[in-house]
Amino acid sequence: MEQLYTKDTQAIFWNNNKTAIQRMLDYDYTIQRKTPSVAAIVAPTSGNKFEKFFFGPDEVMIPLFKTTAAAKAAQPQADVLLNFASFRTAYDVTMEALEIGGFSSMMITAEGIPERLARGMNQTAREKGVTIIGPATVGAITPGAFKVANIGGTITNIVNSKLHRAGSCGLVTRSGGLFNELSNIIAINADGIAEGVAIGGDRFVGSVFIDNMLRMEKNPAVKYMILLGEVGGTEEYKVIEAVKSGAITKPVIAWCIGTIAKYYDSGVQFGHAGASANGEMETAEYKNNAMREAGIHVPGSFNDLPEIIAAVYHELHAEGVIKNIPEPAMNICPTVRRSKEFICTISDDRGEECTYAGFPISSVATPDTGKGIGDVISLLWFKKQYPKWATDFIETVMKTVADHGPAVSGAHNAKVTARAGKSVVESLVTGLLTIGPRFGGAIDGAAEHFKYADDNGLTPKEFLGHMKKQGIPIPGIGHRIKSLKNPDLRVTGLMNFAAEHFPATPLLDYARTVEALTTSKKENLILNVDGTIGILMVDMWRALGYTETEINEFISSGTLNAFFIVGRSIGFIGHILDEKRLAMPMYRHPMDDILYDVQEAEKL
Amino acid sequence: MAQKAIREYDAKSILAKHWDKYFPDFTYAYETVMVQNGSELLEAAKTKAWLNEKTLVAKPDMLFGKRGMNDLVLFKDTKPGDVSLAKAASWIDEKSSGDQKVYFSFDGDKPTGEPSVDKLTNFIVEPFTPHKQSEEYYVSATCVGDNDVIYMSAEGGIAIEENWDEKVIEVAFPITATEDEIATAIRANVPKDVAEKDKANFAEFCIGFFKAYRELNFAYLEINPFVMQGNKIELLDMVAKLDDTAGFMMVEEWGDVEYPTAFGMEAKSPEVEAIEEADAKTGASLKLTLLKPEARIWTMVAGGGASVVYADTIADMAGIDDLANYGEYSGGPTTGETKFYAETLLDLMTREKDPQGRGKVMIIGGAIANFTDVAKTFTGIIQAFENYADKMKEVDLKIYVRRGGPNYEKGLKDIKEAADRLGLYIEVYGPETHVTDIVRMALEK
Repeated sequence: MEQLYTKDTQAIFWNNNKTAIQRMLDYDYTIQRKTPSVAAIVAPTSGNKFEKFFFGPDEVMIPLFKTTAAAKAAQPQADVLLNFASFRTAYDVTMEALEIGGFSSMMITAEGIPERLARGMNQTAREKGVTIIGPATVGAITPGAFKVANIGGTITNIVNSKLHRAGSCGLVTRSGGLFNELSNIIAINADGIAEGVAIGGDRFVGSVFIDNMLRMEKNPAVKYMILLGEVGGTEEYKVIEAVKSGAITKPVIAWCIGTIAKYYDSGVQFGHAGASANGEMETAEYKNNAMREAGIHVPGSFNDLPEIIAAVYHELHAEGVIKNIPEPAMNICPTVRRSKEFICTISDDRGEECTYAGFPISSVATPDTGKGIGDVISLLWFKKQYPKWATDFIETVMKTVADHGPAVSGAHNAKVTARAGKSVVESLVTGLLTIGPRFGGAIDGAAEHFKYADDNGLTPKEFLGHMKKQGIPIPGIGHRIKSLKNPDLRVTGLMNFAAEHFPATPLLDYARTVEALTTSKKENLILNVDGTIGILMVDMWRALGYTETEINEFISSGTLNAFFIVGRSIGFIGHILDEKRLAMPMYRHPMDDILYDVQEAEKL
Repeated sequence: MAQKAIREYDAKSILAKHWDKYFPDFTYAYETVMVQNGSELLEAAKTKAWLNEKTLVAKPDMLFGKRGMNDLVLFKDTKPGDVSLAKAASWIDEKSSGDQKVYFSFDGDKPTGEPSVDKLTNFIVEPFTPHKQSEEYYVSATCVGDNDVIYMSAEGGIAIEENWDEKVIEVAFPITATEDEIATAIRANVPKDVAEKDKANFAEFCIGFFKAYRELNFAYLEINPFVMQGNKIELLDMVAKLDDTAGFMMVEEWGDVEYPTAFGMEAKSPEVEAIEEADAKTGASLKLTLLKPEARIWTMVAGGGASVVYADTIADMAGIDDLANYGEYSGGPTTGETKFYAETLLDLMTREKDPQGRGKVMIIGGAIANFTDVAKTFTGIIQAFENYADKMKEVDLKIYVRRGGPNYEKGLKDIKEAADRLGLYIEVYGPETHVTDIVRMALEK
């Protein structure tokens, strides 16, 4: 890994830290990234499925997950973890992600993780070849490619400090605030940075100066490096060794802050937890002198740093090592943006012609397009182009459920309402309102229960026992008059179609074994048309590659009912128009068909 | 700071509390009390029979060593091992009655360097334990670089430091070492001078000790010496530091542990304690150290790194005699927290005028913030100005501000307006001015 991040790098952000994520997306938009740098957010306690963020003037939705594992499974390309958990949980979050694997780097922001845990976490990451940035850090940035959370501050400051495009300096600091300050100084005195890392202020951090500087040594975009160290610790000596041994050949400018510490005894803690000198070697002065002796460019004080940066930069520029950087095109983030109240992901009427999931209406409407109502449903309901066998099946289902005579509750309601002089739409909804668990609901119920039994590997006998325990008759089983010997031809038709065109029908196969058992008890306990539809819908979705979770969501959100609602509306409207045509009068139910049993109300 | 020293008494109490888990094959009587004066000791004797029944040893328990060299271990009245309860109580009263000089370094028996002077306030009292020199051993553990290291020696007591290289066996373990690996390595490295009969026991005790060090989140743990008489252990002297960041996981394990100020260190002022308390309650960071409260330059700097740069620069340009404090606020403190922090500083800096008649200086500095809202924190500072404006004028306070970051334009404009309205001297600069340039400007006035 020469470069910590690229323009394609995407992160999983642990904790829904909206300000930080918005700053990342503002950065993405400014530098004209194609994809948002945050692919997923882990928010263990949120019930939402996504969070909206601005991407320039528009809004995008970043999916939310309850666990890192789910986020990583959904966004496997996201190989950076931005761990914004508190010091209490940051360790567990990191260790879990290391276990899941597939991450190249992890940034941990919490300050004050117990030292023993931090050491264990850092060591495990090292063994797995994962770069840890932090803990207790504001992060890292590869200008023009990817920026971690809040590093660089506001977008205005980022542009002012030339952090929106790659310069030629590799910057490593402990402090996050001074990282920003130095970016600004480097922008003023040189041409900005190619990559920068704030390694973090805790005593035990994952990647240290030398780890990052050895990577920068290999990164051709980095022409020289700046190291801002602190009093305490011996990490700077590893850099000195690398310079001496030739492992680092690029020019290095360095300064250790905390020269004041020498005036006070060790009781005074200057700066970060890691900044406390144990012995002379760890003092800022000693380290500055040692670095100077090793040939590193060390200024006289922090205030002289700008001068030395300018000098090194101009020398490299004069030698031709650093070329002039053309300023890249940049988007300007609008300062005033309004969040949208509604979201639409299925159709778009803003262009020349309205589209269904990206397809102009004219491309699916007329017969010459070869598209039917099944295709339209697949586009508008599922945002996918289903294959012909599937759209044919959808159409078959809707034709099959279009009507079942005037006596069923929905049709009856529609007819009564029409006879009361109400309009088509009013009459239709009274019919539709009866659709639910008892009317039409067997499709849903069959899909749900048969799938449950199949998923859990229940034998037909166990399934029957399970349903009996629940006190529910098995939905989709049983017919008033039909039996195996006298089959329901609608069911036969659906099954034949499936046998011929479905790649496989595992749930139907299972349901047939259940039917074999129920019909052995009673002739008419066959798999009926509702059951067949519900079960074959599950088989269709399975064959189309949906996950079991997605199919369960289809069932629980009422998608199966929707097929019945659309199909049966055809029949209801038929009955309503029939009433209108016949000009039938107001309906009054005959009194002799009502059992009157009215007692005088008791006084309480 | 993450690593904090605790009293010997607390170190022993923590080990005693978990004794059976780490040292199931050994016994430890845990006969020890900590008192502040003689009457507390007499009071303790009412419930702890051993204080009456046994002869005693008493010594201060205030985070410093070399107590024997400083003649601060009471183990004899007329001959070793004859200290009665009454004698211990009177000795404690005598030692705690006035200032006490303590030397931390010695050349042979002769103290070198300047002594620390402070009052002795805490004493630990234990039974006198007769034992042979050969029964004394040494063990300690700490973290060196990335590893944990256990140090073991067949000789305990004060001589160990002088003979460290010859007498002490070191074994280092990576953080990921398993219990089996540790046990095997410790068993293989028992110092050869450990008595043959004690070798196996010594190894088992050290294994338990190292496990306790790791699991109980000690940063440093030393027993020098412990006495091993078969399976009976006495902990004669202990030094320990805890990793206090692990405190949230160790509430039960550590119990009610205290982090005292070391002997000779000035007790924390109420202001510093108040800031520490506020710091403990917030996710942001508020830190304050008083260096020289009568000095004329005060800093209120945002950021752990920037605050150090300011301190360095003041030391370089003005010397440390003029620097009153070191501190920092960072991590996005609320307006209220910033106001509290600013008022604490303003209160301290306006108590007395500069003895040389110069005006006082307040440096409100900071780098370019990543996420701290500058306007929000500056609102807190402005509210503090409003409450302290008159006092600030009395000490002729000049304010120099330099800051960048989210909302900095508004923050700078607000603070300038407020100071002007209150009649305070102020100079305000943004990110276009070098971070510490205001120090130079302030000193040139």
